[in-house]
Amino acid sequence: MASAVAVPSQLIDWEQPEQIGLWGDAWARFRRNRLAVIGLTIVVLLILDALLAPALVHFGLLIDPLTQDVTHIEVGPGRFGHLLGTDELGRDTLTRLMYGARISLSIGIFVQAIVLVIGGTIGLTAGYVGGRVDNLLMRFTDIWYAFPDLIFVLVLVSVFGPSLLSIFGAIGIVNWVSLARLVRGQVLAIKEKEYVEAARATGSRPLKIVLRHLVPNSLGPIIVTLTFGVPQAIFLEATLSFIGVGIQPPTPTWGQMVNDGYQAVFANPSSVVFPSLAIGLTMLAFTFIGDGLRDALDPRMRR
Amino acid sequence: MSDALLRVQDLHTQFQTSRGLVRAVDGVTLEVRSGEIVGVVGESGCGKTMTALSILRLLPDPGRIVSGKIMFRDVDVTAMSQEEVQDFRGRDVAMIFQDPMTSLNPVTRVGNQIEEAMTAHNKFDVNAARVRVLDLLDRVSVPESKKRVRNYPHQFSGGMRQRAMIAMGIANEPALIIADEPTTALDVTVQAQIIELLKQLNREMGTAIMLITHNMALVASLCQRVVVMYAGRVVEEGPVEQIFTSPQHPYTWSLLRSVPRVDRERRDRLISIEGLPPDLARLPPGCKFHPRCPFAVQRCREEEPPLADVAPDQMARCWVLMRNVADDSEPMVRLRANAPGQGATGD
Amino acid sequence: MSAEVGRRSKRSASPSFRPRLPNTRAVSLSLYVVRRVLWMIPVIFFVVLITFVLMHLAPGSPWDKGGGRQLSQSVVRNLNIKYGLDKPVWQQFLLYVWNAAHFDFGLSYQYEGKTVASLILGGWPYTFTIGALAFCLVVPIGIGLGVLAALRQNTRTDYLTMTFATFGASFPNFVVGMLMIIVFGVLAYNVSGGNVSLPVTGFGLDDHLIMPVITLALLPTAYIARLTRASTLDTLRQEYVRTAWAKGLSERLVVLRHILRNSLIPVATALGPTFALLITGSVIVETVFAIPGIGRSFVTAVESRDYPMILGTTILFSVVIALANLVVDILYVFIDPRVRLD
Repeated sequence: MASAVAVPSQLIDWEQPEQIGLWGDAWARFRRNRLAVIGLTIVVLLILDALLAPALVHFGLLIDPLTQDVTHIEVGPGRFGHLLGTDELGRDTLTRLMYGARISLSIGIFVQAIVLVIGGTIGLTAGYVGGRVDNLLMRFTDIWYAFPDLIFVLVLVSVFGPSLLSIFGAIGIVNWVSLARLVRGQVLAIKEKEYVEAARATGSRPLKIVLRHLVPNSLGPIIVTLTFGVPQAIFLEATLSFIGVGIQPPTPTWGQMVNDGYQAVFANPSSVVFPSLAIGLTMLAFTFIGDGLRDALDPRMRR
Repeated sequence: MSDALLRVQDLHTQFQTSRGLVRAVDGVTLEVRSGEIVGVVGESGCGKTMTALSILRLLPDPGRIVSGKIMFRDVDVTAMSQEEVQDFRGRDVAMIFQDPMTSLNPVTRVGNQIEEAMTAHNKFDVNAARVRVLDLLDRVSVPESKKRVRNYPHQFSGGMRQRAMIAMGIANEPALIIADEPTTALDVTVQAQIIELLKQLNREMGTAIMLITHNMALVASLCQRVVVMYAGRVVEEGPVEQIFTSPQHPYTWSLLRSVPRVDRERRDRLISIEGLPPDLARLPPGCKFHPRCPFAVQRCREEEPPLADVAPDQMARCWVLMRNVADDSEPMVRLRANAPGQGATGD
Repeated sequence: MSAEVGRRSKRSASPSFRPRLPNTRAVSLSLYVVRRVLWMIPVIFFVVLITFVLMHLAPGSPWDKGGGRQLSQSVVRNLNIKYGLDKPVWQQFLLYVWNAAHFDFGLSYQYEGKTVASLILGGWPYTFTIGALAFCLVVPIGIGLGVLAALRQNTRTDYLTMTFATFGASFPNFVVGMLMIIVFGVLAYNVSGGNVSLPVTGFGLDDHLIMPVITLALLPTAYIARLTRASTLDTLRQEYVRTAWAKGLSERLVVLRHILRNSLIPVATALGPTFALLITGSVIVETVFAIPGIGRSFVTAVESRDYPMILGTTILFSVVIALANLVVDILYVFIDPRVRLD
């Protein structure tokens, strides 16, 4: 057999590995987590409910939550046209539940917005400016962390009264600490990276660089933290309402409904069960979503 | 030559993952003789670490040894009970891992970790154990052993940590030490020291060593025989000098050409191997190296070559044979005329 | 390493020489403890300050009792003098701090003639009993469940325990408390004709304790279980666990000495927040089960704007939590040798 001179052959492109973007990958992993999907479904339904409830009342599909059907006080579920029964003033439980969702979701969203603004600003400033400002802010954060959240919220509400604004503000104010620490950590990590130095060498303003790198890198953990903050906020508001210093009647909130139901727990236990389930399921849903997001965005879990 | 101490026979280790069945070890047969130093080389993902883990039955979930035998002296490791395996590990065969920082328990004192390796297999009274630990640390040249025994791993330097790992490995004087990339995480100067230490242990204690690495230079300085792996299978094996002077498999040849050598003239370009390592869940048909092989022919794409003798004491898994590699001209290749196993190369 | 004491060094040439303490870990440890304890003081001070300021921002005076019963001006003036409310705010604050340091938190507005301190002391045994019992449940059960779930990851045990933990963390404790009352109080009563049921209100060193303690313990247990599981899973991925197996250690040794020893470290730091959860939880549990502890006093104080009581209780809670965190921080140094003490 004659010898042949070697000729490099064409490179056979065998199975070039697929490159998927981080977000697409995260979404795929999220979708595979059944609990997270269930959670998301529940939240979507809640949002729809919150948006549509007044419309449904307007079109007569739903009883007005303020209407008192005095002939049918504290009836059980499924009787006299009240799917879930009525409360001690004859108001329909189902519609009050649906209206309560509006409050709970608002609490969740607006409180997290406050948390994002306060915590984000403080974290960003502390991390970016560094030095004594950082030290000072972190001491301040430590002091703030020493307040037990429920206690402080109750204190604030006792001072400023149970208005919507004061409750939103109070809950937001007690919860910004973990977000601030997270943001600060991210900013510090970015500051260390060489590309900040490199960009400064070319004359870009450092703040812009940090922001531009901060957002994509920390968006994931920030979203997860905010998501986990929602059930916390809902819990605090429900507790306030349960004690009686939350959002005042006649605006229905789930915590209030639990409290009212508690008074009548021996006569009509279901009036406690339904709002309790509402609170619990909503908190569960957000917790599942939070878990799902955290697992989906965790870079270590790549197989 | 002495008897085979460890004989891996047609080992198949697989992982059932969401992306499919990964054949991490796909029919590996290799042998380590008593007192011998064998190098197992290949790029990341070629199955060398999985082979080592299979030997010690340390496969992570969902890995499974699917078929094959691992004969240590005359016992089949794959058939051992859980208790027997625990006795076997650390006493008959010890393993040292790549990164000594993460391989040592950070919250336990180093002395205790070494002592643990000993007391797992033998009863020692407290003082005897302590004395022996100090002795082991001295043997691996850890300075100030009395003080170091009480330290935690983070107080050790990288090289010292690896020495401590080695001390743990030799604590029971095993017949074989498997060293998985023991120097990769260390500085170059420290690398040389660790290799020297291993050589010394082999000389003094007669311990066989299976050195797993992707670094051909290490193999050259330490090993007597070398086994080259690719895509979960052995593609070449033989004595080190022979393999280095006349590699028969194109992969081995490429590996050798990618190592910069002081004794060659500077006009040589370093050649890197094109392409990416194969996806072990989706292997190509025929020879697994053919997509990256500069000498592939039609037969390579269709039929996987068996591992066959290509020279005295040397085996390769290839349809093509390589000549004239010593002088850096373009290598000559020759297709094997005979069916495999029917004869040596000879022109 | 020798210790150079100040006296000897005065003879040395350098004028700004400071006496050096021996550079041992024991010394660093003591300094660390001292630093942490000292740090508690400004924290507590600011807590008191902020809460005090808030109390004074509250609209209306404490004498505006609801129900339209207005007190006459002279009575109000006398009350103000009596309670020291006529002085400037900063003086009131300093006075308060001074008194507080002597454990005098003033008089309650709700209950005529009773001091805040006495009310707190009165409620303390109840709160402490329930809290301590709950803690004794939380730690072993939480850690146990978490470790079990991690070691049997993705099996039914894992899913069951984690589902339990997630539910426990998602239903607010007042919800749980009430559901328990309904099931074990009302339903059990109805179903069993009055024989088998748990008492739903009040305190007693008997089965009165069962429901409140379980309700209080539920959320912290769930939290600890989730954390322990995550930490153990993380530890299981570490290389040193593989080294331990490779040495031929038995499963028991690997789990105890290598896995648990490491995975419980983050859990220890979580004990501080767990303590805080127990305290805030007690507020609600005592309200639901009508237990006369400090938590319930706090709630009634909030409802009736009893500011001295609110202030005193808040300070107490914050101090207790700060102390718990301090203890945890100090303990942590002992369990993790990698910690730097500077």
